[in-house]
Parts: sequence; structure tokens; C-alpha cells
Amino acid sequence: MRERVVLDLARLPLHGTGAASVTWWGTLAFMLIEGTGFALAIAVYLYLMSLATTWPLDAPPPDLLPGTLVTVILVVSVVPNVMISRWAEQQDLRKVRIGMIVMSALGVAPLIVRIFEFPALNISWDSNAYGSVVWILLGLHTTHIITDLVDTLVLAALMFTRHGDNLRRFGDVQDNAMYWNFVVTTWLPIYGCIYWIPRL
Amino acid sequence: MTADAAPDTRDADVERTHLTCTLAETWKTPAGFWGALSTVDHKIIGRRYIFTAFVFLALGGVLAALMRIQLAQPEARLLGPDRYNQIFTMHGANMMFLFAVPVMEAMAVYLVPLMVGTRNIAFPRLNAFSYWIYLAGGALLWIAFALDMGPDVGWFAYVPLSGPQYGAGKRADIWAQMITFTELSALAVAVELVVTIFKQRAPGMTLDRIPVFVWAMLVTSFLVIMAMPAIMVASTSLILDRLVGTHLFNPAEGGDVLLWQHLFWFFGHPEVYIIFLPAAGMVSTMIEPFARRPAFGYLALVMALIATGILSFGLWVHHMFVAGLPRLGESFFTASSMTIAIPAGIQVFCWLATLWDGTLVFKTPLLFIIGFIVTFVIGGLTGVMVASVPFDTQVHDTYFVVAHFHYVLVGGAVFPLLGAIHYWFPKLTGRMMSETLGQWSFWLIFIGFNATFFPMHILGLQGMPRRIYTYQPDLAWHGMNLFVSLSAAVLIAGFLLFFVNALRSARYGEPASDNPWDAPTLEWATASPPPSYNFAMIPVVSGAQPLWNVEGALPVAEGLRTDRRELVVTSLAAAEPQTREASPRHSIWPLWAALATTVMLIWSIFSPWAVVWGSIPIAVTLIGWFWPKGTPEDES
Ligand code: HEM
Ligand SMILES: [Cu+2]
Repeated sequence: MRERVVLDLARLPLHGTGAASVTWWGTLAFMLIEGTGFALAIAVYLYLMSLATTWPLDAPPPDLLPGTLVTVILVVSVVPNVMISRWAEQQDLRKVRIGMIVMSALGVAPLIVRIFEFPALNISWDSNAYGSVVWILLGLHTTHIITDLVDTLVLAALMFTRHGDNLRRFGDVQDNAMYWNFVVTTWLPIYGCIYWIPRL
Repeated sequence: MTADAAPDTRDADVERTHLTCTLAETWKTPAGFWGALSTVDHKIIGRRYIFTAFVFLALGGVLAALMRIQLAQPEARLLGPDRYNQIFTMHGANMMFLFAVPVMEAMAVYLVPLMVGTRNIAFPRLNAFSYWIYLAGGALLWIAFALDMGPDVGWFAYVPLSGPQYGAGKRADIWAQMITFTELSALAVAVELVVTIFKQRAPGMTLDRIPVFVWAMLVTSFLVIMAMPAIMVASTSLILDRLVGTHLFNPAEGGDVLLWQHLFWFFGHPEVYIIFLPAAGMVSTMIEPFARRPAFGYLALVMALIATGILSFGLWVHHMFVAGLPRLGESFFTASSMTIAIPAGIQVFCWLATLWDGTLVFKTPLLFIIGFIVTFVIGGLTGVMVASVPFDTQVHDTYFVVAHFHYVLVGGAVFPLLGAIHYWFPKLTGRMMSETLGQWSFWLIFIGFNATFFPMHILGLQGMPRRIYTYQPDLAWHGMNLFVSLSAAVLIAGFLLFFVNALRSARYGEPASDNPWDAPTLEWATASPPPSYNFAMIPVVSGAQPLWNVEGALPVAEGLRTDRRELVVTSLAAAEPQTREASPRHSIWPLWAALATTVMLIWSIFSPWAVVWGSIPIAVTLIGWFWPKGTPEDES
């Protein structure tokens, strides 16, 4: 087919961030998938609860301390997380590097407390359906912290190499920050389900 | 910092022959075995995907043939009850999870980037990964079957039959992990398609100029994204119940068997539309060149796709009418199930109007379109019938249902798909399929199909149950069963002829021109088959039928670099150019990542620790995959 040039793309920037970036949309899509997964897991919890005569089934409610501590750490982590996203937008490499170290630490901290969270549920996964579903909710969320932590660690390492200083990597930092906000946000309803619904 | 500073070559500065040479060099897949394993070209992956899905169709067809030989006569002895259980399960699971869904995604992997005028799909490495994972999941199922470990719990694997109490051995675990493989791959493709359609459309391809097939794939991808997590939650819970002793589905410990059905059908009903919507989109797109006019009611067609997508989530309970749910719920689901007939009806009327007003070109694809409309309407009518509770209570688990869903699945999806293969074959291979063989295979399939499945309605009304390996002679079903089995032979002969035609034509077919059907969409603006870079210059779109709207010359954009992989990213609604984005180069890491995932998933059938130890190699391969190497920014 013959062609006729009607448009010049030469001036376009290389790579965009936010809604102009394909990885941003990809991250969003994965968040939608995982969010649906979380919503369904919560639906399973509520469904089983609606069938049960007592809730929790044959167990005391979970101890509040470790779970609440994790919640506090996660909520606090949002502050540096928002800041790192802003620094990445300004392409401030030095601050981003510091921020990545902080965020790596804030990814490890809740995992350490979480080790105590499982015994604090006061029931084993194989005792009954209630035990199974709380372990699954907690396990599902833990997996998300772990994967995001690995992501953060790799990206942090990357930012200290010669690959760090470019627009694409700053975009990755922003997407990673967005994903962490998602991990924190999804925790809140799960926290409510596991720790507070049994106390209602 | 940016590579912009380096001297670059732009397409505008070079001569045409030189331009295509450089682009071919930049976008090519390396030659040889490693090249084949590391390619990220959506066309190569898409073709592979389509081919593999058809291999699974053929394998599933062999199982169908075995079942029909067994059922041709009362008390036949070819298959015992155990084998038969495995075979109908394998047939259903294979057809749904390894053929029907993947083949639609595969067609989209090949076609969507070309139809929206871009050079590669978004996230090409994820695309490579999704194919390998799909292949591994398919291999798992079939190897297990060959080792007599195939699942035997039906394609929907109801608990408690599939649970730890009744499902001995590893059969149900194989089913559950096969699901996880295929869902992973489907989800990956859905994400790629959504982003490709949102962000990589050619400049000017506004929302009302997107080809209807592409719209259909967009809606389908959202269905995948929202529905597949349900089956993953279900199958993962199942394997946990079986392997580590959780009790989600165990009523004795506070679990519930109906929970399984809710989760399964919350996925399973949209699943039917995940198969049907792409097919409907294919019809809306193919109908244009064969009716020689734009499809009637573009807006109505698109709205109907979206409405179907949304409604399909509100219907799952109609698969559970005999499960003893509250009455009020049932009336609601009857009503909503009948509502979905409305968007389906709208589409049918749009197609009929297009044909009515068109100048018809009776080539094989059009035959399949007409065959599709006829069969799909019958399947839709019996769908309205089974949506009503009293009727469903009668025919549930009889051959009436088997007849109904084959009318919908084969009539509603396989017919359009076969038409689509004939239609896009020149774009896929550079050659035309034989028209004579095409017409013969159409008639064999059409007549064979109706003769096979129509009588099953009657058998069902007479009470013949599904999923039984034989029946007694005094029930007087056997005349009709014999007829059905003989007709199935005709149907299968038609499929064989189709395969012969496709394989022969891929080699010896008449070479195709760029646009042999004089079709209006962008994939026909480039060579058949397209070069590695898809388009030498990115097309600019000014109407819904880009190739019909232009006189003579195709409007294009210039300004992309030629010495490295660049494509245009455009805005969501208006498709205005935003950035020039680098597209990843070939990589072997997606294959390693897929292998590591495969090891972990299969190992976890046997030990829960696999999840812990198995995720380490996965993490390593993912880091290898994402470590920046070969992206243009890193070269500077
Ligand atoms: C070659 C043409 C085909 C024939 C002759 C055929 C035949 C059959 C028969 C006889 C059964 C019932 C088994 C039983 O209940 O005892 C069956 C089940 C089924 N078929 Fe097909 N089939 C064909 C193609 C397809 C295709 C293309 C699909 C999907 C796209 C499909 C999907 C299914 C499903 C989901 C089941 C239910 C399996 C279960 O109950 O677990 N079939 N088929
Ligand atoms: Cu349904």
C-alpha cells in the first residue's frame, strides 16, 4: 500500500510515567487481579461465618498485639512511600536511594512481626474451617509483602548501579511505591476480618 | 541521560528499501534453536499458541470419538466406568481450559497488535512466559492421563468427589494444578491485551474506531481478570484441603461443599463468555469484507459486548438450581439469565442487518458465519429453556444439557473460529486456504454437528443421563445413540478435512497478497505474513474502516528510530501520541521462569514445602528477566 506522511513523532519523549507508561497500566491490571483475589478470599471468610453457629469456631479470637503492630508499621510506611514516589518523579537519585533503603527496611519489619502473628491466631489451619480461612487470609497477604519486598530489594540494588539514573527506573520506583500502597490498603479489611469481626 | 543525545537514525531520513532492511534487522528474532526459544515476537508466539491449541482440539476430539464409540451401542465394552470417567473429564477440561480459552487468547496475541497498528504486544516477555506456562499445563494433564493419573472428577471437579475423602490418588490434584497453569497464562495474556489496547493503538484510533474484535478482546480480558481469580482461589483451596488438611470444603469441620460450586461458577459462567465474546467479535469484524459494507450498528455491537460482560457475573447460580438454594435467589437468577439473551439478540440482529443490506461474497468464512448464527440461535433458545428452574430440574444432568452447551460452545465459538482461521490464514502464513476443501469441510462439520447434537436434546428429554459409561438395551435409546455416533463420525471427518486443508495450504497454498479479501482493518495494510516490525511506518487512523476510508495512500506517521525497537504510546481515549516507548528484545529468561514455575507447581502436588523451596529458583529467574540489559536506556 502506498503511504502518505501526515504526522511526525520525532519530538515525542522517550518513555513516560504514570498514565503515559505501559508498565504503570500493567501494575494497575495486576492490582486489579490481586484485589479481586483478596475480595474473594474475604467473601469466603464471610460466607463461612454466615454458616457457622458460633464465630470463631471452637477458638478464642486472635490476640490483638502482633496484628495491630503490623498494621501500625504498614500504615506508617505509607509516609516514606509517598515521599519516595515524589522524589522519583523529580528524578532525585540521591533521595531515591535513601528512600529505597528505608522502604526495604519497612518491608522486612512487618514480616518479622508477622512470624508472631500466626501463633496469635490461637488456632491451627487444620483444626476447622475457621482456622483454615484465617490462615489463608494471612498467608495470602504475607505472600504479597514478600513479593513486593523482593521487588523493592532488587530495585534498590539497581538504583545503586549505573542503570539507576534514568527515567525508566524512576518510573519503576513510582510503580513499586504504588504497589506497596496497594499491599497496605488491602491489609486493612483483612485486619478487620481477622481481628475485629470475631470480637463484634 | 537519555539516549536522545546519541546520534540516531529516524525513518524519515532513510530510503524505503534501506528502512525496511534496518527495521528487519532491529526487530528480528535470532535464527536457530535458541532464537526460537527466546523470541518475543507476538506473531511467532501467537502462531505457536494457535497451533498448540488446535493440537489440543484434536486430542480432545479423539476422546470424544472414543466416548461416542462406547455409547454407540448399549452395554458396549470398549471403556469401563473408570476409564470413561477419566475420558469425559479429560475431554471437558481439555476442551475448556486447553483449547477454547487459549485459542481465543492466541488469536488475539497474533491479531490485536496488528489490528491496532503497533509493532509488538505490550510486555512481550510476559507473552513468551504465558505460552510456555500454557504448554507446561497442557503437558501435565496429558502426561498424567497417559500414566493413568488423569483426573476423573468432571471438568468442574465438584467436592466432595474431588476432596480428600473421595478423590483418592493424585488425580484431583493434577486437575487443580492444571487449572493454575492455564489461569496464570490466561491472566498474563489478559493484562498484555488490556495494555496493548489501551496504550498502543495507532494515532487517531479513537474509542469509536477500534475494530469490534479488538473491543471484544478488551471486554474478554476484563472478564478474565475478574473471573479467573475465583477459580484460582477455588483450586488452591482444594489442593490445600487435599494436601495440608484445611477444611474449607469439609462440612464436618465448618466448611461447605456449596462454597465450591459458588466459587467455581462465579468463574465458570463468565468463562463461557470468555469463549463466546471473542467469537462474536470475530464475526462482527469478518462480516464486513464478506458483506462489502461496514457492520451495522457499531455502537450497539460494542455496547452489547460490554453489557454481556457485566451481566455474565450475575448469573452463576443458574448452574446450581438443583443444589437446593433459597427460592427467591433462584427467581432472581432466572430473570438475570434471561436478560442476557437481550445483548445476544442485539448482536444477532446487527449481523442479520449487515448481511441483509450487504452484497454477499460466499466464501468459506461467510459460510461459517451463517452456520454460526443458525446454531448459536438454537443454543441460545435452549439456554433460555434451562434458565427456568422447573425445566432445569427435569433435564439437569441429562443429555439435554450436553446438547445445549455444545450448541453454544461449538456453534457459538468453534464455528466462528474456523471461519476466522480461513479468513486470517493469509495473514498468518502468507498463503490462502483451499476454497474447495474449505466449503467441503464446512458442510461436513455443519451437517455432522447438527446430526450429532440435535438428537441429544431428545435423548435428554427421554432421560438419558450424562456422564455414564453405558446404558441398558431395554431403555430404547440405542437407535438414536447409534445415529448420533455415526453423525459424530461425519463431524470428525469435517474437522480432519479442515486440518488437512490448513496443513497443506500452509505449505502449498496459493501465495496471498497483502489484502486478499479487500478488508478494511489495519492488519491488512501490511504484508502477508507481516514482517518482524509489523509496519514500516505507523499508520494513522481517521475512521472505523481505515483501509476503506482512505483513497490510494495510507496516512502514516514518521519519526521513530530504526536502529532500535521503538513503538508509539498513545492516550487512552483519543489515541494521541504520548511517548516513543522502547520494546523489549528477545530473552531466554521467560522460558527459565516458566520452567521454574512448572517445577514448583508440579512438585507442590506432592509436598507443601515445594512452595517454599520452589519459589527461590522462580525469584532468581524473575530477577534475571527484569535485570536491565538490552533496553536502550541502559546502552548509553
Ligand atoms: C468433536 C466434537 C465433539 C463431540 C463428538 C463431543 C462429545 C461429547 C460428549 C458425548 C460428551 C458427554 C460425555 C458424558 O457426559 O458422558 C461431552 C462432554 C463435554 N464436552 Fe464435548 N464433544 C465435542 C466437542 C467439544 C468442544 C469443541 C468443546 C468445548 C469447546 C466440548 C466441551 C465439552 C464439555 C465441557 C463437556 C462436559 C464434560 C464433563 O461433564 O465433565 N466438546 N462431549
Ligand atoms: Cu452459565
